[in-house]
Amino acid sequence: MAGSREVRTKIKSVKNTQKITRAMEMVAASKMRKAQDRMKKARPYGEKIRNVAAHMSRANTEYRHPFLIERDTVKRIGIIVVTSDKGLCGGLNTNVLRKTLGQMKAWESAEEQLEVCCIGNKGLGFMNRVKANVISHVVGLGDTPDMEKLIGAVKVVLDGYTEDRFDRVYIFYNRFINTMKQEPVMEQLLPLTDERVQSTEAEEQEQKRTGWDYIYEPEAKPVIDDIMVRYVEALIYQALTENMASEQSARMVAMKAASDNAGSVIDELTLIYNKSRQAAITKELSEIVGGAAAV
Amino acid sequence: MGTIFHLDIVSAEESIYSGAAEFLVAPAQMGEVGIYPQHTPMLTRVKSGMVRIKAPLKDEELVYVSGGLLEVQPDIVTILADTAVRSADLDEAKAIEAKAAAEDAIKNRESEVDYARAQAELIEATAQLSAIRKLKKRGH
Repeated sequence: MAGSREVRTKIKSVKNTQKITRAMEMVAASKMRKAQDRMKKARPYGEKIRNVAAHMSRANTEYRHPFLIERDTVKRIGIIVVTSDKGLCGGLNTNVLRKTLGQMKAWESAEEQLEVCCIGNKGLGFMNRVKANVISHVVGLGDTPDMEKLIGAVKVVLDGYTEDRFDRVYIFYNRFINTMKQEPVMEQLLPLTDERVQSTEAEEQEQKRTGWDYIYEPEAKPVIDDIMVRYVEALIYQALTENMASEQSARMVAMKAASDNAGSVIDELTLIYNKSRQAAITKELSEIVGGAAAV
Repeated sequence: MGTIFHLDIVSAEESIYSGAAEFLVAPAQMGEVGIYPQHTPMLTRVKSGMVRIKAPLKDEELVYVSGGLLEVQPDIVTILADTAVRSADLDEAKAIEAKAAAEDAIKNRESEVDYARAQAELIEATAQLSAIRKLKKRGH
C-alpha cells in the first residue's frame, strides 16, 4: 500500500494547485472585463485628439511641430516596451519581448544606437538582463493604468526626440484582438506617421473648400506643442490599456488551460491509485485463500 | 443656423460629458470664454476649474476639469481634459525623477553584476583550496 499513499498525496497536491489556478482564472475574468471597459473608454479621447492633430497638421503651415517632421538619417532609436507587471499570463510578455529583441538585433547590426523605456516590470527585468540601455521605466501600474505615472517616463523619451537624441521612436505592445488572441505589434510613434494625422475624406474636402484655421489662444506654437505631446501620450496610454486587457485575457486563458490540465492529471492519478488499491486487495485475498488451503 | 452644438468632454481615461448644449463657459488660459453655437473655430488651453454647461431644457450643469485643451468648431465643441494636474515644471520634475530612477536601476544592476562576479570568484577560490588540500593529503 506504500505506493498508493504516495499517489494519494500527489492527487491532493494537484487538487490544491487546481483550486489556485481556478481562482486565478476567475479573478482574471472579472479583471478582464474591467480592463476591456477601460480600453474602450480611452478611445474617444484618442479619436478626438487625432482629429484635431490631423486638422492642425494640414491647416497650420506657419509652424510645423518636430513630431511631424521626418528625419533624413536615422541613427538613434528610442524604444518603448509595454509589458505586464506580473507573470502567469502565458506567452504574452515573451512574445512581445521576443519581437522587440529581434528588432533590436536588426537595428544593432545596422549600427543604430538604441535606448529603451520600459513600461511594466517584466520588460524592465528583461531589458536589464540583456543589458539594454534603459533610460526610464514605469513599474507597478496596478490594474488601473494611471496617466500621471506615465508622464515622467514618457517625457524623457519625448524630450529625447525634440532634443535630437533620437531620430525615431517605436512602441512595442500586445494588441488586443479578442479574448483568445493577442498580437505583439511594433508601431512607429515618432515622427507621427501619415496615417496617424490623416483626416477623413469629407474633412479634407471641407478643408479645401473653406480653408479655415483655428484661432489660437494665446499663440499657435504653445497650443500645438501641448496638443502634440498629449496626442503622443494618448497613443502610449492606449497601447497600455490594450496591453492590460491582453494581459488579463491571456492570464484567464492560461489559467483555464492549467485547471484543465490539472483535471486530466487528477484523472490519470486516480486511475493509478484505484488500480494499485485493487491489486493490493487481490493480493491480500489470494494470501488469505492460500493460507487457508495450507491449513 | 442651429441653436445648439454638440459638446464632448473627454479625458484619456473616460468620457466625462457628451451631448447637446446651448451655451458653455470654460476657464480658458486667457480668461473665461463663453461659447454659443456657430462660434469661430478656436483652439486654446483650459485651466483647471469649473465648466458651466447649459443643455437644452435642463438646468445649468457644472463639470470640473483639471485643465486641458478646448477645441471649438461651429457645431462641435470638444474639451480634451487632462487626468492629472499638469504644468511644465511639474512635468519636468517627473521626467527628472524618472531619469534618476532609471540611473539608479543601472547602478544597482552594476552592483548585482559585481555580486555575481564576486560569487564566481569565491567559488573558484574554494575549488582551488580544496584541490590544494587534496594534493597535501596525498603528501606531495
